[in-house]
Order: sequence, then C-alpha cells, then structure tokens
Amino acid sequence: MLTFPIYLDNNATTPLDPRVLEAMMPYFTGKFGNAASRNHAFGWHAEEAVDYAREQIASLINCSPKEIIFTSGATESDNLAIKGVFEMYASKGNHIITATTEHKAVLDTCKHIEKIGGKVTYLPVNAEGLIDLKQLEEAITDKTILISIMYGNNEVGVIQPIREISKIAKKHGVLFFTDATQAVGKIPVDVEADGIDLMAFSGHKMYGPKGVGALYVRRKNPRVKVTAQMDGGGHERGMRSGTLNVPGIVGLGKACEIAKQDMEKDTARLSAMRDRLERELLTIEESYVNGSREHRLPHVTNISFKYVEGEGLMMGVKDIAVSSGSACTSASLEPSYVLKALGLSDDLAHSSLRFGLSRFTTDEEVDYAISHVKEAVAKLREMSPLWEMFKEGIDLNSIEWAEH
Amino acid sequence: MAYSDKVIDHYNNPRNVGTLDKAKNNVGTGLVGAPECGDVMRLQIEVDENQIITDAKFKTFGCGSAIASSSLATEWLKGKSVDEALAIDNMDIVEELALPPVKIHCSVLAEDAIKSAINDYRVKNGLPALEMPKSHH
Repeated sequence: MLTFPIYLDNNATTPLDPRVLEAMMPYFTGKFGNAASRNHAFGWHAEEAVDYAREQIASLINCSPKEIIFTSGATESDNLAIKGVFEMYASKGNHIITATTEHKAVLDTCKHIEKIGGKVTYLPVNAEGLIDLKQLEEAITDKTILISIMYGNNEVGVIQPIREISKIAKKHGVLFFTDATQAVGKIPVDVEADGIDLMAFSGHKMYGPKGVGALYVRRKNPRVKVTAQMDGGGHERGMRSGTLNVPGIVGLGKACEIAKQDMEKDTARLSAMRDRLERELLTIEESYVNGSREHRLPHVTNISFKYVEGEGLMMGVKDIAVSSGSACTSASLEPSYVLKALGLSDDLAHSSLRFGLSRFTTDEEVDYAISHVKEAVAKLREMSPLWEMFKEGIDLNSIEWAEH
Repeated sequence: MAYSDKVIDHYNNPRNVGTLDKAKNNVGTGLVGAPECGDVMRLQIEVDENQIITDAKFKTFGCGSAIASSSLATEWLKGKSVDEALAIDNMDIVEELALPPVKIHCSVLAEDAIKSAINDYRVKNGLPALEMPKSHH
C-alpha cells in the first residue's frame, strides 16, 4: 500500500529510524540528567550514555571516542571547524581553500572569514562536479592553513577524491577539513585511511534526530585544536560549551551503530534502486543526469528534464516530495549555484529535480515516482513553448530573449 | 509554499493551451521571458474585423503561478476588444489568483505577454506599435 506523498527528498533530511527513537526515549524522562553533573547518579547515567554514543560514532568513522565534539548539527560543526582553525592557527597563516560547490554553511562561513581579514580560494569544479587536484595544489601558499572540501555533495551526490586531497594537504602541512554530512552513514568513511583532520556530520541525514551533530577533531598526527566559538562551561574539551543534548547524542550514536551494521545491505539495495529510477527516467527524451555518475553517493540522482521548469514540475508531481534546482521562489530567481558551477546553463539548472532515496524507500514507491514524473514531464512539455520550438527545430539560442 | 486553489485549478486544468497560426494577419503573438530566468510565456490572440478577440491560446514554460497567470489571461482575453485587453493590469491577475509577493513577476510577465501579442497584431496590420512599459522584475 502506498501512502502519499512519497518522500524522496532524503538529502534534505531523513526520517528517524524507529530503533533510534527507541534508544532515545528513556533519556527524555527517567534518565534526564545533565552529563556534566559529576555528583549524582542522574549525571553519571547521562555521561555513560554520552560516552557510549561516542564509541558508537568512533567505531563508524574509525577514530578515538575522544576525538568527537558534539554540536547542534553540521552547520555548527562547519562553523566551528573553519572559524576555529582560522583563529587557532592565525600565527601560521590566514588562507583557506574551498570549492564553489560546497554547502552554504561552508561558503558563508568562508565569506565571514574574508570579512575578518582571511583569504579564501574558491576552486571551480569540472562538468562532473569534481575539483582539479593540480589546481588545488597550485592554490596552496605558505599562508594556507586549511583545505575545506566536502565529502559528498548534497545536490548531485558527487564524491570528491578525499584521499588524494588529504595527501596533498599533508604534503604541504595544511589541515584538511571535510563536510561529510551526506556521506557519513551512507558510504564507508574512515578518518585514518582517508587522512581527514576535521570532519563535520549530523544526525538527521542518517536516520537520526535533528538538532545534533558532531565535529571530528584529530588528536594525533597531527594534534588539531580549534578555538571555541561558544563560550561557557568548557564542555567537549573546551571546544564547545553548552549542556549536552543527551537524547540527541544517544540517537546519533544509535544511528551510527545501525549505519555500520546495515551499510553494506543498504548501499547495495539503494544503488540498485537509484539506478533503476535513473534508467527509467532517462528514457524520457532530452533528460540528463547532472554530475559524475561514477563518483557518486549511492542513493542520489539529479536529473534535468529539458524544456520543463523544475518548480512547475514539482507541482505536477505533488504526490512525491523531491526538490528542484530551480529557485523561482527566491527573490533573485537564480537557479542552483551548484548546478551552475558544473557548467549547466541556467535553463537546464531550472529544469532539474533531485531524488534522494532512503533505507525506507520501497520499490513500489520508486515505480510510482517513475510513472508520475513521466506523465508530468509529458503534460508540461505539451504546455511548453520551448518544447514546441525544439520540436520545430528552432535553435533557442538564436532567439533574442527579452531582458527579464 | 502553498498555492491558492485557483492557481492549482489553472495548473491542473489549463485553459486554452495551444498554438494559433502566427503567419495569419489577424493573429498576434507575444513571446516574453527567458529560459535562463525560468519562465517563458507565449500568448496568442486572434482578432476579428470588429477588433474583438475571438480566440486566445498560450504555452508557458515556468512555475505553477506562471502557468496559471497565462491560463487566466487567455480566459479574460476571449470576447474582449483589443482596447479592453490593453487595460488588463498585472495586479488584477495577482488578486484573482491570490499570488504571493514572490510570484508577482509571473503576473507582470502575463501582462507583458498580452501587450506584446497586441503589438504584434498592430504592427502586422499597419498600426504603430504601442510603447511597452519596461517589465519591472
């Protein structure tokens, strides 16, 4: 039985796994203690639960439990990593290298860094969405303190060459931070093998709760420190003050444990399902996958349906929840900066839909999505003057479009 | 963002989708917007010897509000004289469809499309083109 609408926007957020909810429940009521209360059982229970979660998380990403700093989510982790390194390593330099397709939490933090006297290089990406390693190495100066490149992209799912990036960083004595929000819990992420110094991720992208995330901060080879961006009681080894969100942390821990245990099975199932969805949708004339299909997260596909506008298309597929690279609602009318960075023309960027599958997505739901999207694209093309022109063989670039 | 019932109705049951023969002298065609901006409207009118619009058709590439605005425009145009059609203001469309502020540009585009179709008709029939107000979006 299908229930509507069907949720295929799992890059935005995922539903909480019932096993995670079950683990969290006791920590709202009975075991409500403050993990920083050292003098009674309520505090000890909370601290034990937090320590256990640290181990579950550390086991997923192959680090020491001591290297996990809890935050409110990936945005905070991104801020803490970039601003914290910028402040802590000010005597070494003030230059940061990132890429144009990063999440806004990284890009806007970098803009802030520029305002306070830092220098930031924004690397372009190729049509596949990948950065150029040679360009990265050339961008490094004696003032470079941090390379910030995301693991997997939220809009197109493209996975950057993390190990090659970390090798370059190491060679030049530069720290490497990665926003791995879309990758942790979805694909194997190993901070040792990957050579990562700092890494941001969050609970709600991997079937955990919202409002909790973590920053991995390496303690050995090299020992990395970040200046706290939140002052207070000195929690989390002084790097992030604030009473710990114990139920959230328990949830994040459980989500990591399940991810580790189910990853192989989930990945195989999801990538087969995604490939089927993609294959079927590509039978629609003039449809194109955006970004690398080789280096990509298993559960994501981003497809442009030429001559159909994304927001109009989303309205036509209202029984499925997806997102679009079109931004007709924003004041700027600018389509996705990520798709534009991949070199897509504005009209193709406006015509895109992003599908994100989850552990809970069923074959039946994918079947429905396929037929629903096919119908909607056909209906909207029937209404599209651009489609008519295309069919008549008119080159749309030959038309002088009104200033708009 | 939630769409109004009227926008949804026009989107689900668009009125007057189609194409008129643009080579005919009594057909005026307006093509406005740009693919890069995410909306393009083509609006066509057929005018009889008494300057009455007897038919109107549209095709639109755009969001639901853009489709609804052009669909509504064709409904309003049919039966109106060319002069009456010129008086259609984008704010009338905003009001009828209950468009939110971020979607006002869709109504502006529809008004531009009407004026542009009328101008095409005028020029074809030896009349001077009217001054087109610059679209403000």
